[in-house]
Amino acid sequence: MAWTQNVLRVNLSSGETAKEALNMTWADSYLGQRGLASKYLAEEIDPAVDALSPDNKLIMVTGPLTGTMASTGGRYSVVTKSPLTGAIACSNSGGFIGAEIKMAGWDMIIFEGRADTPVYLYLENEKAELLPADDLWGKSVWEADERLHQKHQDPLIRIACVGRAAEQGNLYAGIINDLHRAAGRSGVGTVMASKNLKALVCRGTRGVGNLKDPLRFLQAVEQGKRVLAENAVTGQGLPQYGTQVLMNVINEMGALPTRNMQEVQFEGTHNISGEAMHEPRSSDGQPNLTTNAACFGCTIACGRIATLDKGHFTVENKPGYWGASGGLEYEAAWALGSDTCIDDLDALTYANFLCNEDGFDPISFGSTLAAAMELYEMGVITEQDTDGIELKFGSAQALTRTAELTARGEGFGKVLGLGSKRLCEKYGHPELSMTVKAQEFPAYDPRGIQGMGLAYATSNRGACHLRGYTVASEVLGIPEKTDPLVSEGKAELVKAFQDATAAVDSSGLCVFTTFAWTLDDIAPQIDAACEGDWSTEKLLEVGERIWNLERDFNLKAGLTGKDDTLPKRLRKDAAKSGPAKGMVSELDKMLPRYYEIRGWTPQGELTAATRQRLGL
Amino acid sequence: MLRALNLEAQKCTGCLQCELACSYENEGVFNPARSRIKVFNFHDEGRFAPYTCTQCEQAWCLHACPVEAIVLNTATGAKEVIEDICVGCKVCTIACPFGTVNYNQASGKVIKCDLCGGDPWCAKACPTGAISYVDLDNTGLDRMRAWAQQSPAGPASYNTPRSPTTPADFTRQNG
Repeated sequence: MAWTQNVLRVNLSSGETAKEALNMTWADSYLGQRGLASKYLAEEIDPAVDALSPDNKLIMVTGPLTGTMASTGGRYSVVTKSPLTGAIACSNSGGFIGAEIKMAGWDMIIFEGRADTPVYLYLENEKAELLPADDLWGKSVWEADERLHQKHQDPLIRIACVGRAAEQGNLYAGIINDLHRAAGRSGVGTVMASKNLKALVCRGTRGVGNLKDPLRFLQAVEQGKRVLAENAVTGQGLPQYGTQVLMNVINEMGALPTRNMQEVQFEGTHNISGEAMHEPRSSDGQPNLTTNAACFGCTIACGRIATLDKGHFTVENKPGYWGASGGLEYEAAWALGSDTCIDDLDALTYANFLCNEDGFDPISFGSTLAAAMELYEMGVITEQDTDGIELKFGSAQALTRTAELTARGEGFGKVLGLGSKRLCEKYGHPELSMTVKAQEFPAYDPRGIQGMGLAYATSNRGACHLRGYTVASEVLGIPEKTDPLVSEGKAELVKAFQDATAAVDSSGLCVFTTFAWTLDDIAPQIDAACEGDWSTEKLLEVGERIWNLERDFNLKAGLTGKDDTLPKRLRKDAAKSGPAKGMVSELDKMLPRYYEIRGWTPQGELTAATRQRLGL
Repeated sequence: MLRALNLEAQKCTGCLQCELACSYENEGVFNPARSRIKVFNFHDEGRFAPYTCTQCEQAWCLHACPVEAIVLNTATGAKEVIEDICVGCKVCTIACPFGTVNYNQASGKVIKCDLCGGDPWCAKACPTGAISYVDLDNTGLDRMRAWAQQSPAGPASYNTPRSPTTPADFTRQNG
């Protein structure tokens, strides 16, 4: 029935591991992955708990379609309370570790407590062992991965690991799996490291089967694959250019945040776009992009594998960075490049390598660096604060040197590792932090794409493009075109995207499929695999329930409707160029309507009727 | 007409759809650990390659088997393991120069590609055409056609050949 119905509970304080039966009543109400683990977390921890205390829990969770042949069915999520935002965190990753956990026979792993000394979990089917990781502590993800492969003498193990950034308390540290896929946002890696847990090493040989209606499932999967292949975005744009297909498009529509969101268009875009990654370099004649690559089961294959010019100033005499590895996705290219005004493609790629090597979120890092650059330009911070680094917008050296320091949590990198909000507060300019709920913005300016302003402000994990990607509608016309410069009707659009995405994030599938798929394409796959009746309507209901559960967690954690806001810059300072010139985010017009259709009070709290309707 | 699996590594994205399809067809579960075809990731080179049994004419595995558990399917050309006869001695796994016959702990027998009786699931599942099932005598046809397309158009251009292209460039462009 797609779920293995097995939960592994790992008590790091006592060193005990135990197998439990999955709560199938909750599975019917929350599906899996994001939804189901959020339910477990909300039931098991006090939302007001200190995120870095042993009382917080960290859940690695798969969806019912994880490990099946459904296209993109390899996703897993990490759910915990975020140390960056104080809100619920759910970070989703592809690669191969999610499917491996499922192949080993587990729907989720709940880590609780804190180990006395560094450990890692070795999971081989039924066998779950906590093993010492003293020799891995202080090592990067890449080095730990290599050592673990050597130690276990098994090339087929899959590894999820935290790097030095997490160990050093970087608040936006992620968990890297398969060397360059990441549960990247909200500091889930920081929580993992706070538990003295270095890695999950997994090998599963049991497989995923026992589907409700295998023949119907295979037919639904086949049909779904066909839709993805025939769609221009998932069939052509993403495999060829990755998410970087968006860089030029978003710049042209004046929604590419630049210079710490002071501007909305970047003059260097053509040097760092998806198209630029294909162009042979003048230096060595090779393109930045080596190949595209797929995550487990994915027939889109948007992943970028890039190779640096060996003569580039960042890697001269550093052969460890000469091989191919995870290249720039749109968000990373934007944060490391556009927001900091840096158009040196290989420098951005090198910084991205460092983000993977030591596990920290390139969005939060780039955005925090952009804020620091603005502070530097204003003269608020000087080279005395920055370890002598000239922190100018546009400086590739500034980017790569600060990335090196942030990776290791050293010097000014330690400050940058606390995120934009804490950085700007430390230096007396909180208004320069481009964050919601202390999480940094992604790559869509809400002045030029109005729906995204509301999506950011109300996102349950702080600013995030993946909680309600109205860009699909406002820019790409999926499922239907809406005007990006108009705020009217966006409350409904944001809610619809948020609810649908919560369901997709709970299935084991990748949200990128929704460039081509609607829930009508997804529901038949879930329904054929899982017990119960999984219609589009039910998925939307589950999605809405998940959204409200997360909201409820956040309110109990101490957040309020006042946190559903955007920085003054986006609400008061008009866009300076492009189609949105003269516009600000009209959040104030959208938010009341949004609360109303959510069934929340004017203060943004769940009403009793809403709770009852959703069974909360 | 016999057919063969034609593997074109430059088209492979490493998605494992082939492994999922193979394991499901043969074992009834999605389980790459039990797949007869394997995709390898040469990470530092940014390269993926699928690999499986080529169905050798003079099959080492077949000749090595002491109990004649590996037999030729004349309809497909596949060398198939007869599970009821296989005693799990693993001599075939030693004999195969390519490593494509492997022991399966769960069954105590060996497993290898049997071309799914002439309808290989891996080829059907592959989203990029990296695995196709083509005329056994013409596995090079697509590559020949691509090269032919590069050749001079006729007498007028006979003396002005196009600039030389290395095989690596070629496969990258067409991959």
